Amino acid sequence: MTAESTPALVHSAEADGLADAGPSAGRGPRARNTKAYLRYAATKILGAAVSLFAVLVTSFFLFRLIPSDPVKHMTGGRPISSEQLENLRREFGLDQPMWQQFLDYIGDALTGDFGMSYQFHAPVMEKITAALPATLLLTGTAYILFTALGLWLGTRTAWKHGGKGDRFNSALALTLYSVPSFWLGLLLIIVFSVGVGPIPGLFPTGGLESGGETGFAYVVDVAHHMILPVITLVAVGYAQTLLVMRSSLLDEMGSDYLTTARAKGLRDDVVRRRHAVPNALLPTFTLMFVNLGHVVAGQILVETVFSWPGLGGLFYEALAGPDLPLVQALFFFWAAAVILANTLADVLYPLLDPRVGR
Amino acid sequence: MTAEPPMTTQPPRTAEPPAKAAAARSPRALKAARMRQSFVRFWKEYRTHRSGLWGLGALVLIALIALAAPLLVGADSESVTDAPGLPMEDPSGEFPLGTDQFGRSVLALLVWGARVSLTVGLLAAFLCVAIGTLVGIVAGHFKGWFATVLMRITDWFLVMPTLVLAIALATVMDRSMWTVILAIGVTTWPTTARLVRAQTLAVESRPYIERARALGGGHGHIMLRHVLPNVMPLVLAQTTLVISSAILTESTLAFLGLSDPTITSWGGMLQDAREAGAVSAGHWWYLAPPGLAIAAVALAFTLCGRAVESVLNPRLGVAR
Repeated sequence: MTAESTPALVHSAEADGLADAGPSAGRGPRARNTKAYLRYAATKILGAAVSLFAVLVTSFFLFRLIPSDPVKHMTGGRPISSEQLENLRREFGLDQPMWQQFLDYIGDALTGDFGMSYQFHAPVMEKITAALPATLLLTGTAYILFTALGLWLGTRTAWKHGGKGDRFNSALALTLYSVPSFWLGLLLIIVFSVGVGPIPGLFPTGGLESGGETGFAYVVDVAHHMILPVITLVAVGYAQTLLVMRSSLLDEMGSDYLTTARAKGLRDDVVRRRHAVPNALLPTFTLMFVNLGHVVAGQILVETVFSWPGLGGLFYEALAGPDLPLVQALFFFWAAAVILANTLADVLYPLLDPRVGR
Repeated sequence: MTAEPPMTTQPPRTAEPPAKAAAARSPRALKAARMRQSFVRFWKEYRTHRSGLWGLGALVLIALIALAAPLLVGADSESVTDAPGLPMEDPSGEFPLGTDQFGRSVLALLVWGARVSLTVGLLAAFLCVAIGTLVGIVAGHFKGWFATVLMRITDWFLVMPTLVLAIALATVMDRSMWTVILAIGVTTWPTTARLVRAQTLAVESRPYIERARALGGGHGHIMLRHVLPNVMPLVLAQTTLVISSAILTESTLAFLGLSDPTITSWGGMLQDAREAGAVSAGHWWYLAPPGLAIAAVALAFTLCGRAVESVLNPRLGVAR
């Protein structure tokens, strides 16, 4: 244990993430900037395509790891004639040999067809496209809010680091980060929907709408239903953005260019807003995309708890079966979304930070 | 590989502590003294982190409670058949947190649940860090196509939504505690692998590795005797942080009904409470404690991990 030699070499998870976000620096001379960038972007996109295909293959084999008869699940153990069983198997293509099923699956998936749901007896894609808007609405709102909150608080805490506000905010963020999102959701329902003691039930317990509303009243109704789930997602989500923003701004704080800016006589908040924050934003930018994986996790739990009719709730229902085609398709869908977002971050990063990748 | 590394037989450094038996120092004693010394130095630095001390204290307390569960609340408190109370009782002197739908004391279940949550959290984190360290060191040590392939796989796992993958694994395997451990361990290792690889590359660029190689040290010798000890501090800090997320994931999987339904865990208690209608009935005393317990343990591990991290790397600027 040579503890004395390690400190300078230990990297934080965030710092490592940053280093990986950009490509290896120093690609091509300056004159061929655009060409080098295009080649870099093409490599990234090609890599993403390979990853996507790997996810597709995994999603097929993962759910066939354990030999089980989905038809048995479907019938729920009810007595059923062997002829009916055969028909069901044929309907879902389960009578084909494995390699044939695999080729069919890949072929169908490439045309956007993920088969029939065992549970709903409807095309999987139909269920997913029906649930997508609700998810985008809830998650999108929460995502924008917690990113903004995290950036704002992260900047504030780092700028006045060591102070009371910093200590309080860091402690609060860490605590909320440790709270299971589904539990926070359940607790909010108990306190604000069901009502505890003197607190009346202020919000609906779940769902997206009460039904029967139209026009502006409908919008208000949906917003009313969204408040608790959004609060839950923001509360468990903003901590990571805050901590990364805080530590990356702290990294910038000692820099010479800030001293220069101050020496020019710029006001403190100009130094912060125009000089320090833009640089500190870079690692946070990567995180915003990497974070999507966490957002998906939060989405599954919060939608389940609040009976939100989105993808997460659909996934929970599909798990009960398990409704393999649906689970499989959602698995692919989320992995694809995260891969695409990460690729987008990789491709955009050199445009934002000219030091990398040119 | 089998030979004793030459460096341990070198004369002691000047900074050795006042020796009791300076004359009869075996390489082993030297090593022990050096480790003790660096531990003392580490502890001195760690002690200055107030939040880290709080985390450590909380962990010791919770671990003691978990170990003493049979003594504290009795070994039969998990039994559904001879439960002491009526279903869903309000908190009272006998049952400080009320009872569940079978009439079992919620407090007793909470104490028992600590065992499962801690066991799963620790084992899953251990598995995760073991895989991550192995992949990281190997990918950092060997260059060429093998390392490239390993890192491609790591990157691929890194962008997968961890929880979805863990859920998928837990769905296709049997419902058991080991499934949960495996599902968490297999899905969370890439971050550790990346960290360890970066550290391995840094260590391997130092001259003493070249020296070891010139003296005939093989791949195994270099990885085990030179690189591994140098990445260990980092791995330790990482383990502490991984445990807290493993505990959170465990409770999530249990809440989704993907763990063994016969064992009592905090996530499982929350699932039970939800299914028993504790939410719509407003039984907050049944719902609040398991979640608080999860949050407390996860927070304690996070605080410890951050303190360790900042002792090792003071530049992180972690609040004390």
